[in-house]
Amino acid sequence: MKTGRFWAWVVFGLGAAYFFIPLIATVEFSMRMRRGVYSFDAYQIVLGDPRFQATFGYSVLAALFTIILGVLIVVPAAYWIRLRLPQLRPIVEFITLLPLVIPAIVIVFGYIRMYGSNSPLPFLASDRGTDLLLVIGYATLALPYMYRAVDTGLRTIDVRTLTEAAQILGAGWGTIVTRVILPNVLIAVLSGAFLTFAIVIGEFTMASLLNRPAFGPYLQNIGANRAYEPAALAIIAFAITWGCMSLIQILSRFAPKSANRPN
Amino acid sequence: MTDLSLSDQTIAGKTAPPSEARALRLPTQWLGVAPFFIFAIMFLILPTLYLMLGAFQNNDGEFTLENIAALAQPSIVAAYWISIKVSLASALIGAFAGLAIAIAIVRGGLPNWIRSATLTFSGVASNFAGVPLAFAFLATLGRLGLATVLLNTVFGLNIYAHGFNILSFWGLTLTYIYFQIPLMVVIITPAIDGLKKEWGEAAATLGATTTQYWRMVVIPVIWPSFLGTVILLFANAFGAIATAYALTGSSLNIVPILLYAQIRGDVLHNPHLGYAIAFGMIVITGLANVFYIWFRTRSERWLK
Repeated sequence: MKTGRFWAWVVFGLGAAYFFIPLIATVEFSMRMRRGVYSFDAYQIVLGDPRFQATFGYSVLAALFTIILGVLIVVPAAYWIRLRLPQLRPIVEFITLLPLVIPAIVIVFGYIRMYGSNSPLPFLASDRGTDLLLVIGYATLALPYMYRAVDTGLRTIDVRTLTEAAQILGAGWGTIVTRVILPNVLIAVLSGAFLTFAIVIGEFTMASLLNRPAFGPYLQNIGANRAYEPAALAIIAFAITWGCMSLIQILSRFAPKSANRPN
Repeated sequence: MTDLSLSDQTIAGKTAPPSEARALRLPTQWLGVAPFFIFAIMFLILPTLYLMLGAFQNNDGEFTLENIAALAQPSIVAAYWISIKVSLASALIGAFAGLAIAIAIVRGGLPNWIRSATLTFSGVASNFAGVPLAFAFLATLGRLGLATVLLNTVFGLNIYAHGFNILSFWGLTLTYIYFQIPLMVVIITPAIDGLKKEWGEAAATLGATTTQYWRMVVIPVIWPSFLGTVILLFANAFGAIATAYALTGSSLNIVPILLYAQIRGDVLHNPHLGYAIAFGMIVITGLANVFYIWFRTRSERWLK
């Protein structure tokens, strides 16, 4: 067991080195902008860049709409499948896995060819339509994560009893979903939402091919033209990802562990 | 009990003869899942089918296999080949390294906080991909990167003089591993947790050595989920474009970058050839996932 522990430390040390050296190097590089001394100039320039603010704001907005769209699609479907249509579960699970099979670039290629200006549904004819198509594309990317998060949340509550109780009290379907089911799976939904945010905020492929002024294409553009700013942006992006994952972990502490009556 | 509970209703609906009762219920039954299915069909299935059908059509809409045959031209074959090599190398290295780390934190007798810290970090790093990851590796192993400079000044080793280049097969593979290893750790740790303590005790009671225990118990049990995860990592790397594009521009011609250039500017001068490239990508990741699901169901027998 002694040698086992020794090797465990070696493996852990090597792993830690591989993962921390790039982070340290990036921090160091991002502070090298002023000759001879470390400074936060690169961060100041990046954060003060109006294009940073505009594209970051655009992507935050896109992420929020993606989350809303994802919740609207996933929550009723997952709820209804648990309650009434369990026979559809394999089909729905298969569909939610498809975005992991079909690369994002292929999905967006399909959109460009199917929803062009001359098609029956010309999403790409206007800027607003393209924005909507981008949000839709992001929602498909987030679908596997959102569905799994919500389904896990539903597993921990007693969907059937809650629904029956609400019905006895005279609630309609809209009331049941929005005021009974949703609050009970809110933590799961929020976990899915933060993961969606982390995926969407720096997404490059779809935004770039749909020509939207999002954060991902901006990052790529800065990377191609600047030296020190990209490193600062990488650290900012890492911090955002870290923030999202920490929030998910904090939230999971508040989540109910199991239902009183498994269904 | 005049009011049947919901569960009884569905059972009643199933056992009762399919008369008007079911016909009346059908529309509302489907209402809850309708948005999901409409969304999935319109924005996931139809666009993909459209491309797949387009791969078998010429410009006049007639059926042809020419587009698929045209994939055999050297530049496209080379793109597929380098994509497969990078994906496979990063999946295998990522999988073995991830497995080693997972075993170390679960079984290695390390302090408890290391396990939770590693899992948290893996959650973050597996999602830290795309353009920022490329920046981080340029700052580390680029010509002026910290690791490059330190290796040169401290150890006198100029890796660029020895043929290393971040804009190459190994550069890209080394970068992809940064999200492949954590993904492996996140997926495989539950499988290693699933190794029951009783199995080790049973093996020891029967007189097995540690090596025998690993060779005849541990490896056979985690093998399917290990192989399945390798395939998932492969598909994960195969479809990725942002990291490679930000890292190498278009100097490393992997399939997603070729398709990206084709979508932007029809560089292949045949729109249907673009469909064929997309079709080829779906076939490869699709096959990979079929294997993944197959291995997954095999491994779940043990880990329940």
